[in-house]
Amino acid sequence: MASIFEFANPKRFMNLSGAILPWLAGVCVLSLIAGLYLGFTAPPDYQQGDTVKIMFIHVPAAWVAMMCYGLMAAASLLGLVNRHPLADVAAKTAAPLGATFTALALITGSLWGKPMWGAYWVWDARLTSFLLLLFLYLGYIALWNAIEDETRAARAAAILALVGVVNLPIIEFSVDWWNTLHQGESIIRSGGPLISAVFLWPLGLMALGYTTLFFTLWMIRIRTEIIERRARAFQLGLA
Amino acid sequence: MNPFAALLFRDMRLATRAGGSAALALAFFAAVATLVPLGVGSDPCLLSRIAGGVLWIAAVLAALLSLDRLFQADFEDGSLDIIALSPLSLESMSFAKLFAHWLTTGLPLTLLSPVLGVLFGLPPAGYAPLMLSLAVGTPAVSAIGAIGAALTLSIRRGGLILPFIVFPLLAPAVIFGAGAVLAALDGLSNGAFWLLGAFSLVAVLLAPFAAAAAVRLNLAG
Amino acid sequence: METFFAMGKYAAYVWPAYGASLVGLGLAVAFTLSAYARAKRRLAELEGGK
Repeated sequence: MASIFEFANPKRFMNLSGAILPWLAGVCVLSLIAGLYLGFTAPPDYQQGDTVKIMFIHVPAAWVAMMCYGLMAAASLLGLVNRHPLADVAAKTAAPLGATFTALALITGSLWGKPMWGAYWVWDARLTSFLLLLFLYLGYIALWNAIEDETRAARAAAILALVGVVNLPIIEFSVDWWNTLHQGESIIRSGGPLISAVFLWPLGLMALGYTTLFFTLWMIRIRTEIIERRARAFQLGLA
Repeated sequence: MNPFAALLFRDMRLATRAGGSAALALAFFAAVATLVPLGVGSDPCLLSRIAGGVLWIAAVLAALLSLDRLFQADFEDGSLDIIALSPLSLESMSFAKLFAHWLTTGLPLTLLSPVLGVLFGLPPAGYAPLMLSLAVGTPAVSAIGAIGAALTLSIRRGGLILPFIVFPLLAPAVIFGAGAVLAALDGLSNGAFWLLGAFSLVAVLLAPFAAAAAVRLNLAG
Repeated sequence: METFFAMGKYAAYVWPAYGASLVGLGLAVAFTLSAYARAKRRLAELEGGK
């Protein structure tokens, strides 16, 4: 009886990821330390004061949240079309990470906005889009958990991810349109100020740190899944 | 009679019998619309302002209510396997089902909406936009809902998860649909109808393929 | 040092934001690593007890 571990790909992935991980983690830690240092020593923004420091953890989280969904959709497509054994695993393991980063983007975005807009939550285009993105992630995870058969769950979730990724730009557009429609007197600027160089460095480093953190955790989670499947196959072999 | 029409009429007949999904959707629509003033107060200015949005939300919820059984009922009693073996493609089948769903929920909701609009004191200028936006937008709800229904057809209590996975995808419909009513009330033209129409068209054209793929994966089992 | 913690009177927003991020990412790292360790341990037991 062929177990998934007997396919070449997972083994190759284990070898590759084993080699890359230390470097990835290293870059992650270094860029986070450098980014935090530069971030905290940066001067206050003339307009936003020290709240601009929240940008250094909000924008990277938001960026990773979006990137993760794209990767999840790409992995889903690969799983559906190619039946690549690792693609479904990749998609499944990415989702909780994506949801976490989305939640962090929402929390930091909310705290960033409070001193500026006076409320912990405003229905601006960015926050509303991310709230919907969070629900897209949660729905995806719920679907995986609700279907008992692993293969069926993988394929169903893949279809959902693809429908989601096609819909995502439409959702973003409609939320943007809705926001300009209902703006009224209060001008809500979610774009933020033009970024000067003194902020660009910590932002870039934090973005690098967050991205490498995501890939590090993602890789480890895929490795975990591969090991768990091997263990399961073992048990079946022994049983 | 060709298989598409046969399936269409059969689904419609099932939905419109006593206690079927059509009646349920209308009742739920009215229920939600009645609860809102109880919840937000009877200030006529407020109600007339939120009428479009509330009725749109109520319509979406009412349509979602009956969606979980769209494929599941036939899956459970084996009819889906039989239909899959018929000359009708799974894509055509999905389209027939979502069309039947719209004819028995979205369309009646559209026709009932002016009555509920009266409850909210919708200004005269709002009635035609309300009905038109619902008529144009509810096909998108049936279409995207059908995808969710196909994805969750094997889950025993899939009805609970279906609205949750589908509702973010329906945000554009609610936004453009309610936006169209608001624009009419404010005397503006904001292109909402065109955006809504485009969204519905794309949804209705693409949904049968996604739904068919989901049905296929569940039948392959 | 005081001015650093005050964050120009925005302390109530900046620090919770960093705190929440630390907690969120920390939990993600913790869950990921512990699941990994657990899986490796289990496989080692199974392979060892062969």
